[in-house]
Amino acid sequence: MSVRRLAAEQPESFAFKPETMELARWWIAKYPPERKQSAVIPVMWLVQKQEGWVSEPAIRAIADVLSMPVIRVLEVATFYTMFQLAPVGKHHLQVCGTTPCVLRGAEELKTVCKKRIGEKHAVSADGMFSWEEVECVGACVNAPVVVIDDYYHEDLSADALEALMDKLARGEKIEPGSAIGRLGSAPEGGPTVLTDPTLYDGSLAKPITLPGLPEKA
Amino acid sequence: MLADKDRIFLNLYGAHGADLESAKKRGAWNGTADMIAAGRDWIIQQVKDSGLRGRGGAGFPTGLKWSFMPKEVKERPHYLVVNADESEPGTCKDRDMMRHDPHLLIEGCLIASFAMQAHTCYVYIRGEYVAEREALERAVKEAYEAKLIGKNNLHGWDFDLYVHHGGGAYICGEETALLESLEGKKGQPRLKPPFPANVGLYGCPTTVNNVESIAVTPTILRRGAKWFAGIGRANNTGTKVFCVSGHVNKPCNIEEAMSIPLKQLIEEHCGGVRGGWGNLKAVIPGGSSVRMIPAHEAETALMDFDSLSALKSGLGTAAVIVMDQSTDLIRAIARISYFYKHESCGQCTPCREGTGWMWRVLERMAKGEAEHSEIDLLLDVTTQVEGHTICALGDAAAWPIQGLIRHFRGEIEQRIDRYRAAKGVHQVRAVAAE
Repeated sequence: MSVRRLAAEQPESFAFKPETMELARWWIAKYPPERKQSAVIPVMWLVQKQEGWVSEPAIRAIADVLSMPVIRVLEVATFYTMFQLAPVGKHHLQVCGTTPCVLRGAEELKTVCKKRIGEKHAVSADGMFSWEEVECVGACVNAPVVVIDDYYHEDLSADALEALMDKLARGEKIEPGSAIGRLGSAPEGGPTVLTDPTLYDGSLAKPITLPGLPEKA
Repeated sequence: MLADKDRIFLNLYGAHGADLESAKKRGAWNGTADMIAAGRDWIIQQVKDSGLRGRGGAGFPTGLKWSFMPKEVKERPHYLVVNADESEPGTCKDRDMMRHDPHLLIEGCLIASFAMQAHTCYVYIRGEYVAEREALERAVKEAYEAKLIGKNNLHGWDFDLYVHHGGGAYICGEETALLESLEGKKGQPRLKPPFPANVGLYGCPTTVNNVESIAVTPTILRRGAKWFAGIGRANNTGTKVFCVSGHVNKPCNIEEAMSIPLKQLIEEHCGGVRGGWGNLKAVIPGGSSVRMIPAHEAETALMDFDSLSALKSGLGTAAVIVMDQSTDLIRAIARISYFYKHESCGQCTPCREGTGWMWRVLERMAKGEAEHSEIDLLLDVTTQVEGHTICALGDAAAWPIQGLIRHFRGEIEQRIDRYRAAKGVHQVRAVAAE
């Protein structure tokens, strides 16, 4: 278990922005009307997108929108580790530190973060960066992976991560994906399978008769 | 090697479009109406005959699972829930299916829902997969607009598909924890029975299936159960997407025939072990939860359920983590132990307390700061966690440690001896983990 508590310093209030509320309504509509609570994780995520983190007044506001007891929303906020319970930097880095990433050099990426930002969960002096170590993000064949502002940066080296951070520091946009130009999860150098052109020329879309159909009575 | 024409995920790497038109060109949504017209009994029988076993780790026969749903829909609606909370360390296959071949998944959801008389399906995708969720949402929108799904769709079975997401909790990959989470609660597993097929989402009959299990179904029906059953060995049939990570020259995802020899998988598709096969130390063949196998067993192991369980390991999610001679195995397993400590939901005492205890002991062992007798003590504690919890996370935390001790006890002992020699101590105070 990871023990997580709300931040000591909390803002006075929280208000949903209209666009956040619109999206929240879209989520709520996915569930039966008497099961609004189902939307709690997606709505809390929207709140985090709006504010950068989840504050205590925000938790109360979510409870209000979903007609839930506040304690149930608080439970969700502290249970699920994607929710930031304290402010983060403008760019938040999640370094995967689980074994498959460690085998491919995640420790060096952590060293870069420590050097440039500080200890885990600290926000850099200029407010630009913060970082944390997270558990397996599920992109292991492209290890090591760092999630920057929700998108995956894969096949990283210490230098590649530094270069990404330099760009962000200059206010430039960064493209998610493989740092060494790999195509998705294909092996480096390109796929050696799925090369048969007949799979892609439309011949598979021709009408077919399903094998093993029951005899028509 | 599996021929390209026998592969199911034709856009595994995203070299082609993930949109509806491109997917249709690759055969998706071809013959779907005929499948529905053939009836639910036919579909379930085909899936049973194909020998498809669940791709989420446990390997339960998919067709049999579907047949557990009530035969008649009474006052409670039926639900299909797709488990896309892919979080098992080493595993990243569902991710590719959702971002590159989402229409196979959506088509599979329709067919499986029809077979189980469900009009509603939720896909629970892990929260970190933001890009994958966006890709899947795009595909769902396309399918609605093309009237492939939705009310009064072309297939004659009213069907709604909703994408839901999680908040970064490994435990939500456990089916009942997933249902709790989908209901807006902490993801803590439920006691079984009652099983989800009777009391699942919102107290209604529910089946939870892995993404891959659902996404392969349409192609199985298109090509025939016999085709699928003809690949691999008996009881271990079909194709499987393997994720090979760690110390190989070219880590990748690859769809191959079930029962492919592990050595062939690594050498043909992943450029071999870093430094050559002789440099191999150990392999975790099925995601972090299964016991590792040493190099000499990896030499002959087949990548299927039966071969790997005979080696006291398992196929799990078919996520192969390769470790070469440079690997500090004790540290590697200690990190996996930390993972389970971090992800334990805290509901059952043996797991909540045990995972932390085991991790702390392993951290000391990685330094050598332990006693020989503690190895057996640790092994004993793993057996006290294993099988004594509501869900399988306790087992999953115990097995990697058991695998380490089973095959590399000597390495732990050596580490302890070296530490003592360096410090000049003969007796370390017994501190266990506190």
